[in-house]
Amino acid sequence: MVECVERTAPATALVNGEPAISMIGTSAMLFEAPGEFTLACQRRIWALMDVASMRADVAEVMPGVTNLMLIFSTPPECPDEVAADLRRAWDHLPEKHIKGRQFDIGVRYGGELGHDLASVALHTGLSPHEVIALHQAPVYTVCAVGSVPGFGYLHGLDPRLATPRKTTPSLKMLAGTVTIGGPQAGISALTGPNGWNSIGFTDLVMFDPTRQPPALFAVGDTLRFHAESIEL
Amino acid sequence: MLNSVQDAGRLGYRHLGVSTSGVMDRLALQCGNMLLNNPAEAACIEIQTFPFSVSFGSQTGFSVTGGHAPMTLDGKPVLPWFALCARQGDVLRIERPVAGARMYLCIAGGLDVPVVLASRSTQLRGGFGGWQGRPLQQGDELPLCNLSCVEEVGLVPPAQALALKAEGTDEKTVVLRVIPATDYTLFTGDSLKQFGAIGWQITAQSDRVGYRLKGGALRMREPVELRSYGVVPGIIQVPPSGEPIIQMADANTAGGYPRIATVIEADLWRLAQARIGSFVRLQLCDHAQGLAAAEDVQTYLKNAQKNLMLYRKSFSRRGAGHTGKQA
Repeated sequence: MVECVERTAPATALVNGEPAISMIGTSAMLFEAPGEFTLACQRRIWALMDVASMRADVAEVMPGVTNLMLIFSTPPECPDEVAADLRRAWDHLPEKHIKGRQFDIGVRYGGELGHDLASVALHTGLSPHEVIALHQAPVYTVCAVGSVPGFGYLHGLDPRLATPRKTTPSLKMLAGTVTIGGPQAGISALTGPNGWNSIGFTDLVMFDPTRQPPALFAVGDTLRFHAESIEL
Repeated sequence: MLNSVQDAGRLGYRHLGVSTSGVMDRLALQCGNMLLNNPAEAACIEIQTFPFSVSFGSQTGFSVTGGHAPMTLDGKPVLPWFALCARQGDVLRIERPVAGARMYLCIAGGLDVPVVLASRSTQLRGGFGGWQGRPLQQGDELPLCNLSCVEEVGLVPPAQALALKAEGTDEKTVVLRVIPATDYTLFTGDSLKQFGAIGWQITAQSDRVGYRLKGGALRMREPVELRSYGVVPGIIQVPPSGEPIIQMADANTAGGYPRIATVIEADLWRLAQARIGSFVRLQLCDHAQGLAAAEDVQTYLKNAQKNLMLYRKSFSRRGAGHTGKQA
């Protein structure tokens, strides 16, 4: 049995610009970057993802939004040593710029499949046309893929469009629904209950297990939306 | 509740949002496959809706593990945690377990369903893998891999061999060891006291995705806003209601609720066998204790394997033959 240095607290809070590193059970470790959700921060997470996946004791790495989860093939005897390795790497890693694929996504805004467009407009104090214009303006970046098969966590939504999730989720939102949930934009990947606000619809299939690769998006991909049609 | 084809899980696709799926009770699958000398990755039927009955299209070895359920083969009582042989046309009927919640039917050679993304498990949310990507329905005919008969041997169930008690709990309370997680220290002192001290009841809103517990409300000293992070089976999250949720095999791969603790991997099979309405006690442990618990499970499996090999040797020496073939 290896003697490990005792750690008093399971994790440090996100203070003083230090990453918070915590064990999730004996076989997973979560690294959370300090600071705001910026592309620069996410690019360092991608760099850390490469470093972590090189480790002999790591089976899988799963990037989240400004965080990274390591799944160990063999649980570490001393998690603190792994945490120290990650901290050292984090302090020196340059951002990793991924040349991802570029998607130009046609959206049918509004209508039945985007019927929360009106409530987003109401919440943001903008007209539906302004909502659509602001939604189409930025280049979005896929930061991570997760939650359900093929769902991309996007960076880039104009903060003026931030709209809280619905208190009563839609029971059967279709896959391909273009959404806004809090400060984030998204495209639903599976048909099912969903609390995000639907503003439009695209025919793209986010995930197909028979396709190679099965997920349409990968981290570092960029996308833009354009209006195929608008129905108010 | 539903029954589905599952194996040890779909590993390596979390970064695409694909949860591991797989059996809820890994230990039961390992034992079931071991009883039949199956490869560890062989798929089984996870049964959580009862009664369940299946008719064998050919003579084959099988085992039923998980909890303890009354069962009959061709009308005659048979026992779980045994390797048995079925004749062509035999009907196996499994009643609602008297102990545990889930039963696992393993077949010698495994179920021959297509491997999708490196696994035969049903990904219920994504609608792929397993048998046509869906729960089993009455009338489904599942193809088998390599039919063979087996010696009738049994195992001491883990519930007996790895029994776990906590002070001040009754026999029926399921004890789970948990390691504090990311946000543990952000909960109020009262909440932390309550967390480990009370019996949490498993609500009816519990399934392969996760278990919702009730019995109290855990409060944070101040609310936190979290960004989506990776979720693994066993993680205990606390949504705004304060009633914890333990994520399980079919959980989403990412989530955003505060994380108070994680059920250690070595105890997830206990939770998989905990029934709706029953009580669980969450007992804090540290990393080293978590590793030691995993070691206990490995020792149990090694001993089981060793005993099975001894049985099989003595069978062949005595020329007892394959009981199933006598039929």
